[in-house]
Amino acid sequence: MNVVAPQRSFVRAEQVDALPPPRTASGPVLWMRENLFSGPINTVVTLVMAWVLFWTIPPIIDYLIGSAVWTGSDGSACREDTTGREVGACWAFVIDRINYFVYGSYPMELRWRPNIFFLVLAVGIVWMLWLDAPKRGIGAIYFFIVVPLLSYWLLAGFPMIGLEEVPTGLWGGILVTIVVSAVGIVVSLPFGVLLALGRRSHLPIVRLVCVIVIEFTRGVPLITVLFMANTMLPLFLAEGVTVDRLVRPLIGVAFFASAYMAEVIRGGLQAIPKGQYEGAMSLGLSYPKMMYFIILPQALRIVIPGIVNTFIGLFKDTTLVSIVGIFDLIRTVESARVDPVWSAPSVNYSGYAFAAIFYFLCCWGMSWYSQSVERRLAASEKR
Amino acid sequence: MKKALSTIAFGFAATVAFTGVAAAQTTLEQVRERGELICGSNPGLAGFGVPDAQGNWTGFDVDYCRATAAAIFGDPNAVSFIPLSAKDRFTALQAGEIDVLFRNSTSTITRDTSLGLDFPGINYYDGQGFLVSTELGVTSALELDGASVCVQQGTTTELNLADYFRRNNMDYEPVTFAQSVEAVEAYLSGRCDAFTTDASGLASERLRAPTPSDHIILPEIISKEPLGPVVRHGDNQWADIIRWVHYAMLEAEEYGITSENAAELRDTSEAPGIRRILGTEGNFGEMLGLGNDWAFNIISMVGNYGEVFDRNIGEGSPVGLSRGLNALYTDGGLQYGHPIR
Repeated sequence: MNVVAPQRSFVRAEQVDALPPPRTASGPVLWMRENLFSGPINTVVTLVMAWVLFWTIPPIIDYLIGSAVWTGSDGSACREDTTGREVGACWAFVIDRINYFVYGSYPMELRWRPNIFFLVLAVGIVWMLWLDAPKRGIGAIYFFIVVPLLSYWLLAGFPMIGLEEVPTGLWGGILVTIVVSAVGIVVSLPFGVLLALGRRSHLPIVRLVCVIVIEFTRGVPLITVLFMANTMLPLFLAEGVTVDRLVRPLIGVAFFASAYMAEVIRGGLQAIPKGQYEGAMSLGLSYPKMMYFIILPQALRIVIPGIVNTFIGLFKDTTLVSIVGIFDLIRTVESARVDPVWSAPSVNYSGYAFAAIFYFLCCWGMSWYSQSVERRLAASEKR
Repeated sequence: MKKALSTIAFGFAATVAFTGVAAAQTTLEQVRERGELICGSNPGLAGFGVPDAQGNWTGFDVDYCRATAAAIFGDPNAVSFIPLSAKDRFTALQAGEIDVLFRNSTSTITRDTSLGLDFPGINYYDGQGFLVSTELGVTSALELDGASVCVQQGTTTELNLADYFRRNNMDYEPVTFAQSVEAVEAYLSGRCDAFTTDASGLASERLRAPTPSDHIILPEIISKEPLGPVVRHGDNQWADIIRWVHYAMLEAEEYGITSENAAELRDTSEAPGIRRILGTEGNFGEMLGLGNDWAFNIISMVGNYGEVFDRNIGEGSPVGLSRGLNALYTDGGLQYGHPIR
């Protein structure tokens, strides 16, 4: 039986004209036309933004670099009435005080110890962060156990091996900023994981305790915890018994970061499909093994942006300790700028600009790293 | 979980920092046992307490801490500083975190009585003054009727300002800021006609102006701010030590004993007053519970009152304050050392 295909009107009988080839042209003019001036609204926005940038960027660059003062030994180098020109940032002040900004009042002859601490910490960070680094398991032990102990002995002193004690009151500047944020980060990740697992536990007491810790800590502002620790705590303790002034905010910051971290990680745990748990259990894995091999690797990957976000927030929150009299970078800048030797109009701004640049570089570094890790770990999900 | 964390935290804290001290000890015994003086200090006030490029604290109040350490230990560096904000300072003292507070604190009846503190001496007589632009053409604070004044809020400064204008039947517009430095910036940017704070701070704030010569400090001082060391009420021996450290520095200036000639005078001087101060006659140091060379150590290691004043805040220093009320009584000032005899 022959079936004749019916004539259908959509079958084109004649050849259509060829489409124009994809535009291969390129160039700045075309790019601008497509991206900046593609329509009347975009054109207006572009022009306004260009005007704003033109209006702000050159003066800032001129202030920070062009008319900045780089050398000098006192404030007169940065004053218009003595230099006879318009003066921008007074970097001479920052250069003069850079040691103070980095080490605070740490004794001069012992500053090799913070230097080694920075080195030890840097090695740990690189080992942890560089994903292709050899022996990363040892790196984790090094970072979470060796680095804290070594740092403590180096900075606070260990008289038994000849490192004399340095009271924490002498620590200051970037050293303290890094110590506070490093303690927060090193403590918050493991404790955050434990708190998050505890909160999802089926054991009622464990769950209740974890919920209380997390909700109580998140329910009060960090600054009240710091005030409580530094102003109220001494009144409660027996006379003559004091907890170190730096340890108090460290405990507060560690508590805080752990609670926030726990909630971030809990978000990751909840995003893991139930099948993953069931699959792990059907393989006969115990709870710790299930968490360690199956659940946490996936959950932590999902929440990398959240973890890094918490770290960045924590790093910047460390400036709050300055309010309770801990000499972090901001506090050292504020102390140094009142020095009458450096009385000049731009000294304030220069000190704060230095701090801003430091914080920006650190936070931007963290953010950049997390993005590169995300890209790498997301390779399996790319289409 | 919580227990684990707090156990770890307190275990750490305990190994780091618990310093058990028997409660019955006097402050002097505690300081001796510890081997250093713990001094509450200003976290940053030009001329009174500022860190230098190496992070060492310098300043007028800081030198008093060093003088006290020199009197007790014969070592001006046997002192550690705990910089305290205005609101933390008395709590830290009450809680025993510091032995003595040298932090330009104004002596008032409330603080002396209800806070349980003592002011053993007044090492700097301050008062509130005005900084105005020369463009204003004003030479006296009484001409400030109708002016806007930049001031730090929540301070006695703000209250004194209101008192002064009300007393003189003048109008003014207060422009308040949380931080002193914001008030200065606002004044320098032309937001107010005048800026007011303690006179000791005005001179160095003036240097923040692009052209300092465009601003003058008016002669009127509108309040009394007797600034001095503070100790806990109840330990009279300790208060005596702090008081006599101050008097020894004043007496040394009056008798012309300086850090340079102290050693020479101790060996050669026949003047009984000088011999008593320097410990070659009498046992006044032992009466205080110190060594008889206590005042000699203060003067030779730190200096007399005039030296400390000139070095940190005097006319030769960047702060550039004149002695004014803080001149010795022999020069018409209020600093009057009591006799060491």
